[in-house]
Amino acid sequence: MTEIPYTVTPREDTGLNNAKLGIWLFLASEVMLFGGLFSAYIFLRLGAAEWPDGSTVLSVPIATFNTLVLIASSVTMVLSWAALVEKDLRKFRRYLGLTILLAVVFLVVKGFEYNEKFSHHLYPSHDTFMAIYFTLTGLHALHIIGGIVVNGYFLGPGSRMWVTEPQRFTNRIEIAGLYWHFVDLVWIFLFPVLYLL
Amino acid sequence: MTSTTHDSSSHNRIYLVVFGVLAVLTVITVAAGSLTLPAGLGIVIALIIAGVKGSLVAAYFMHLVSEQKPILWLMVATLILLLTLFGLFILAFYDNGAIGHVA
Repeated sequence: MTEIPYTVTPREDTGLNNAKLGIWLFLASEVMLFGGLFSAYIFLRLGAAEWPDGSTVLSVPIATFNTLVLIASSVTMVLSWAALVEKDLRKFRRYLGLTILLAVVFLVVKGFEYNEKFSHHLYPSHDTFMAIYFTLTGLHALHIIGGIVVNGYFLGPGSRMWVTEPQRFTNRIEIAGLYWHFVDLVWIFLFPVLYLL
Repeated sequence: MTSTTHDSSSHNRIYLVVFGVLAVLTVITVAAGSLTLPAGLGIVIALIIAGVKGSLVAAYFMHLVSEQKPILWLMVATLILLLTLFGLFILAFYDNGAIGHVA
C-alpha cells in the first residue's frame, strides 16, 4: 500500500506537513465564516433605529468569567502540546483533560446564561440584538463542542498513536491546538462586541 | 515550527506570561466598558484591546511568530479579504442610505 507523504516530514517547497497546511486553510475559511456574521452585526447595528447597550441586557460578570475560563483553556491546550514535545505523556493527559474540563465549564456557564434569557422570554425572535447574539454565541458554542469531541478523542483512543508514531501524534495535538486557540480568539472579539458595546 | 528545537521550559514560561497579560487586558476591557465615554471612543478602545489580545493568542499560542512564510501569507490574504468584506458591507449600507431602516 502506498504511504501518504508529508504526514510528519514537511514538504521541501512549503516547509509544511499536510496537516499544518490543511488546518490553516480551514481556519482561513472559519475567519470568513465568522467575518460574514460580524459583517451582518455591523450592518444590522448601523441600520437599527435603536440598539440596546449589551451590558444592560447581558451579564458582563458571567461573560468575563467565561472569557478567563477560555483563555485558561488555551494555555492548558498549548501546555499539553509542550508536554508531548518533552515526551511526557502523563503531563499531556493532565493538561488536555484540564482543557476539556474548562471547555465544559464554559458550556455549562453559557447554558445557565441562555436559560436565564429564556426565563425572561428573551428568545432570538425578541429583537435583532437577541437574534445576532444567539446566532454568534450559538455558532461559537458549536465550535466548543467540536473541540471537546476532538480533544476527547485524543485523550482517549486517539492517544494510542503515541506508542507507534509519537511525532505524528504530537503534530496532531498541535493541529487540534490551533483550532482550539482560534475558538478562543473568536470569543475574544465576541465578548466586547456583544457584552460591552 | 520544528518541535525539537524548542526549549520547553522557557516556552512554558512565555505561555504563562501571555496568559497573565490576556487576563489583565480582559479586566481592562471590562473597566473601560464601564466608563462613560463617547460611543465611538468606547468602541475603538474595546476593539484595540481585543486586537492586541487576538494578536497575542495568534503570535504565541498559535506560534505565528515562528511560523513558515506560506502560513503568514495565507493569513495576510485572509485578513485582506475579511477587511474587504467589512468594507463592502459598510459601502453597501451607506450607498443605500439605509440608516434607521433595519428593524
